[in-house]
Amino acid sequence: MKTEDELLDRPLPPSIDPGPDSVLGPGHNFGTVTDKIANIPFSPLRKTPKQWFFALAAGFVLLQLLLVAATYLFYKGIGIWGVDIPVGWGFAIVNFVWWIGIGHAGTLISAILLLLKQDWRTSINRFSEAMTLFAVACAGLFPVLHTGRPWLAYWLLPYPNSMWLWPQPRSPLLWDVFAVSTYATVSVLFWLTGLVPDFAVMRDKAVNRWQQVLFGILSLGWRGSAKHWERYQMAYLLLAGLSTPLVLSVHTVVSFDFAISILPGWHTTIFPPYFVAGAVYSGFAMVLTLAIPTRKWFHLEDIITLRHLESASKVMLGTGLIVAYGYSMEAFISWYSGNTYERFMYWNRMTGPYGFFYGMLILCNIAIPQLLWSQKVRRSIPALFIISLVVNMGMWLERFVIVVVSLHRDFLPSSWGMYYPTVWDWATFVGTLGLFTTLMWLFVRFVPMIAIFEVREVVHHLEHQKLEVSPSAGD
Amino acid sequence: MSAIQKTTRLHGLMAEFKTPEDLLAAAHKTYAAGYRDMDAYTPIPVEGLGDAIGFKKNYVSLAVLLGGLTGCSGGFGLLYWISTIAYAHNVAGRPMNSWVMYIPVTFECTVLLAALTAVFGMFAMNGLPQPYHPVFNVPEFARATRDRFFLCVEATDPQFDAERTREFLRELSSFEVAEVEN
Repeated sequence: MKTEDELLDRPLPPSIDPGPDSVLGPGHNFGTVTDKIANIPFSPLRKTPKQWFFALAAGFVLLQLLLVAATYLFYKGIGIWGVDIPVGWGFAIVNFVWWIGIGHAGTLISAILLLLKQDWRTSINRFSEAMTLFAVACAGLFPVLHTGRPWLAYWLLPYPNSMWLWPQPRSPLLWDVFAVSTYATVSVLFWLTGLVPDFAVMRDKAVNRWQQVLFGILSLGWRGSAKHWERYQMAYLLLAGLSTPLVLSVHTVVSFDFAISILPGWHTTIFPPYFVAGAVYSGFAMVLTLAIPTRKWFHLEDIITLRHLESASKVMLGTGLIVAYGYSMEAFISWYSGNTYERFMYWNRMTGPYGFFYGMLILCNIAIPQLLWSQKVRRSIPALFIISLVVNMGMWLERFVIVVVSLHRDFLPSSWGMYYPTVWDWATFVGTLGLFTTLMWLFVRFVPMIAIFEVREVVHHLEHQKLEVSPSAGD
Repeated sequence: MSAIQKTTRLHGLMAEFKTPEDLLAAAHKTYAAGYRDMDAYTPIPVEGLGDAIGFKKNYVSLAVLLGGLTGCSGGFGLLYWISTIAYAHNVAGRPMNSWVMYIPVTFECTVLLAALTAVFGMFAMNGLPQPYHPVFNVPEFARATRDRFFLCVEATDPQFDAERTREFLRELSSFEVAEVEN
């Protein structure tokens, strides 16, 4: 144990945020960034930040709520939810779309920003990829629970069966199965591929036998061979190239679930681009919501700097404006179409029984984020944290408005109805928040949450730029 | 280390470097001196190092292309087969082979197979997982995943000679040249 403490106590540069111009704090070299990041999984429980325990406990309690809600659902059936005719798609679909959207920022950061060679991608990519995985896991639960008989969920897949029945290839619901399962698989691959060289770092840093064996297995015997790196980088680049159209396709297909139908409020061609923009919008909000407390608790201000946070907030502002354009086009086209049902739908959306939520949506998604035009706000961490929470809520309201408000007024007034979520709807939704945060907090504590070898590349790059980083590795 | 081990059980000789630039220069010199069986070990990917040690045959992109084409034809083929052969139903008078509607699934299958090939193909071509490798026997090698850069000239090289190669590497590096035992 003595050696372990010695290793953990190697001197590190202070955790100083270098401000909005640098992606790395002063005084770092290859060795110190390695220690800084890899020490977190190795540190003993007594050195874990107190806030982490509270956050994990809160998430874990909510996770139990999910288990209770799911158990009762399996026992009684989806009658325990508020869904009925005409609103057959309630919270389950709202939450599905919301969670999938949150995942999109992870892929955007790890793939698209890699192709665009953005230096601020590096410190937050692993973290956001993990966020993608856990968000997709939460999203995937909802359609499965919504089938009512989740043990038969495999019926969604095309497989040879004794009844010789096949799913309908012309239905967006089948496309969704393919899109979401591909997205989940590729996200796992991307994340694990990035982790392999870092598990090798952990293996070589470990002092306990069981840790050495565990990380030895996880690292697949990675030894940093130049030939391996050549193939590795090619594969990583191709994965990024493949994930880029994939991430755009996933929310496009999700939007097809709505847009292919003939329902006013759903049947619009602007849905795919505006769903994708909304997904990235909410995803970046979630990255900020999670990264701001994490970097404070684990003293990572020198690696996740104001530059990362400010850049993420700029992406939020940009995608938020695309979303605003989407809303205004929806409103304009429903008026310009001259179609009675379209016009009524939009008027009802703004002034009908759920009009309050539409107002809240505009406030959260369009009005408040305009504060991000100000540099002062973008560089104020409490302000960013609050705005990110507001955007998360706004995007959830957007999905609620699209799903529920479009359904509750059917073509004939005799089939109009209302949707009231039950306590089980809320329990399931809040429960997935618990699942998500529990997984996330376990990840930041037990897995290197920042890509170590990629931060070392940043160190190398900065040395070449002769910035204020010490010139060579310490002995 | 006994003398017998040195001569019969040698995987190669390993030189250690402090920066990627030193390693890159040394790799160029080693290749120019006629050595071919060598490998470099680095904590970060170093641009141009593959070329420097004479690594040219990178088939990852070809494999990914083939994987993607398989996924593409497989995905389209599956939907074509379902809707025109296995379960041909007239849905609102649409053509059986309404191929436009197959594009999303075809695309997803392309990406899925290409991505699986990229990852599993890359690891397979790298010979991973491989828990044991002789380079791990060198104690200093633990820093290959931290902050040191290594160049290993392997004993299989026709030009390899324990003494002369050691002299050659010693001139390139400021650290001790390590013997890599099998």
